[in-house]
Amino acid sequence: MIKFSEEKLKKVGEIITRYPEGKQKSAIIPVLHMAQDEFGGWLSAESMDYVATLLQLEPIEVYEVATFYSMFNLKPVGRYVFEVCQTGPCMVRGCDDIIDYIKKKLNIAVGETTPDGLFTLKTVECLGACGYAPMMQLGKYFRENLTPEKVDSIIEECRQKAATNN
Amino acid sequence: MSRKLLLDKANVQGIRTYDVYRREGGYASVEKALKMTPDQVTEEVKKSGLRGRGGAGFPTGLKWSFLAKPEGVPRHLVCNADESEPGTFKDRYLMEFLPHLLIEGLIVSSYALGSKVTYIYIRGEYAWIPEILETAIAEARANGWLGKNILGTGFDCEIYVHTGAGAYICGEETALLESLEGKRGNPRIKPPFPAVKGVWDRPTVVNNVETLAAIVPIMNIGGEEYVKIGVGKSTGTKLISACGNINKPGVYEIDMTISVEEFIYSDEYCGGIPNGKRLKACIPGGSSVPILPANLLLKTVKGEKRLMNYESLSDGGFAKGSMLGSGGFIVLDEDQCVVRNTLTLARFYRHESCGQCSPCREGTGWMEKILRNIDTGKGKKSDIDLLWDIQRKIEGNTICPLGDAAAWPIAAAIRHFRDEFEWHVDNPQECLVRNYGLAHYADPLEVVAPA
Repeated sequence: MIKFSEEKLKKVGEIITRYPEGKQKSAIIPVLHMAQDEFGGWLSAESMDYVATLLQLEPIEVYEVATFYSMFNLKPVGRYVFEVCQTGPCMVRGCDDIIDYIKKKLNIAVGETTPDGLFTLKTVECLGACGYAPMMQLGKYFRENLTPEKVDSIIEECRQKAATNN
Repeated sequence: MSRKLLLDKANVQGIRTYDVYRREGGYASVEKALKMTPDQVTEEVKKSGLRGRGGAGFPTGLKWSFLAKPEGVPRHLVCNADESEPGTFKDRYLMEFLPHLLIEGLIVSSYALGSKVTYIYIRGEYAWIPEILETAIAEARANGWLGKNILGTGFDCEIYVHTGAGAYICGEETALLESLEGKRGNPRIKPPFPAVKGVWDRPTVVNNVETLAAIVPIMNIGGEEYVKIGVGKSTGTKLISACGNINKPGVYEIDMTISVEEFIYSDEYCGGIPNGKRLKACIPGGSSVPILPANLLLKTVKGEKRLMNYESLSDGGFAKGSMLGSGGFIVLDEDQCVVRNTLTLARFYRHESCGQCSPCREGTGWMEKILRNIDTGKGKKSDIDLLWDIQRKIEGNTICPLGDAAAWPIAAAIRHFRDEFEWHVDNPQECLVRNYGLAHYADPLEVVAPA
């Protein structure tokens, strides 16, 4: 059984108070973000059902939302998800080469996860960093002005982080 | 040098913190506004001629005056921070570096509109920004600018940050409201307009981040003074986020009197095109606006210098002009392929279509497929006409403007770069290994030289 910590539950309660009484449905997206962060980087049916229970909603109301928004992963992903932007302005600055480089380096295709479960490569549409292209989102932050060397050091950084956290 | 109203303090050390922001004159507009009546504040905004900075350019004061005020029904202001238009990253800059400017603008605007609970709807991918905004909100609250009975005037206001989760469509105001209600981002049929029935069926105003930040200088210098900056109906200053093949990508504040040529080539702004390459084309207002070849970009139909403002950029209509839009300025040099660029935009709109209306849901997918065929040398001549036909049938036939936004870039690319599309079809092998190049696009307007 999955469950938020007391601290997280308090946070959920605080989020609900931001909206008028009886409109706790508004908290779906913020709480789904919390659930995804907390329960392995993706939303299992169990996670979504849990969110539905917390917000006193029908599970279908949560599924509807989770399947609409591209930031919600509906299947397991690696520990580090490289979300590389591929829209026009990034394309102009060479994102295709960066995507190819990551594919070769990690030996995976777009949408796949490395066998060690560390890395997933995703292509995404415009993230609002067009001036600092090519770029990717890694967790909470953007990594901008990417070059093959920068990609190498990001991969190395992730591997080291994973090694020290284990 | 353009006068700066929004970014003038952006480089002050520590401007993100309340103390420094206040020391630099921050929150003066709240003090001023709260001594006026809400209607007087709205009147000042009307006088300023401020137009919505999110892309549509609708007069802000007029939008505010449409807000229904039925007795006993709460009203809301919602700040649209779902910035997702390719090429646009100005709101991110404002929120990241000048969070208090937005909060200040929100307090004044909330007062004018009578919004006691105001929301900032921010795109989920800007995941580190809510914390910055929430810190600024907490600081403002601790110093008496938010909460109950602000400055002893009896005005109560709270601001909450609400994150989205990756959906361009939620930048459309009714989709944003659906999303704020915890639903899929499907745009609503209008009427009723949000001003009458918005979030939770309450009267709601949705404004862009930059629009709301601009309320601060408008209150500080007065609407009449604001009008004097800029030209015609393009009053005040505008943030332009410049990207693509330029030496100095970034966010610039301009006063809308400078020319497009100056903006691209002067060192104060984009600093020209790298490696001595020539200008091929430009999408001047975010990916949805028509792409213009160099010859049409720099001069208006009358042969005058084209300026960076609403009227001048749209001079010539869609046949020979474009739009200022959101200010997402994308420059393409001679090495860029218009077909491939258009393909990435078609893919973007296919990905972002909410799927409610068939013309958009199906049409965006067809356009992407056809463009991919042309790009990879598998296209036919008739595909180009088919693309034209599909975009015509999407435009104007959908609930929200995403359909138009998907159609316009395709239409403009074919209108101005048809020979490049044809070259791809005629040279299926060659187009895989080299780009079409500059052809005649950088030539003066009247000259049409063979490719």
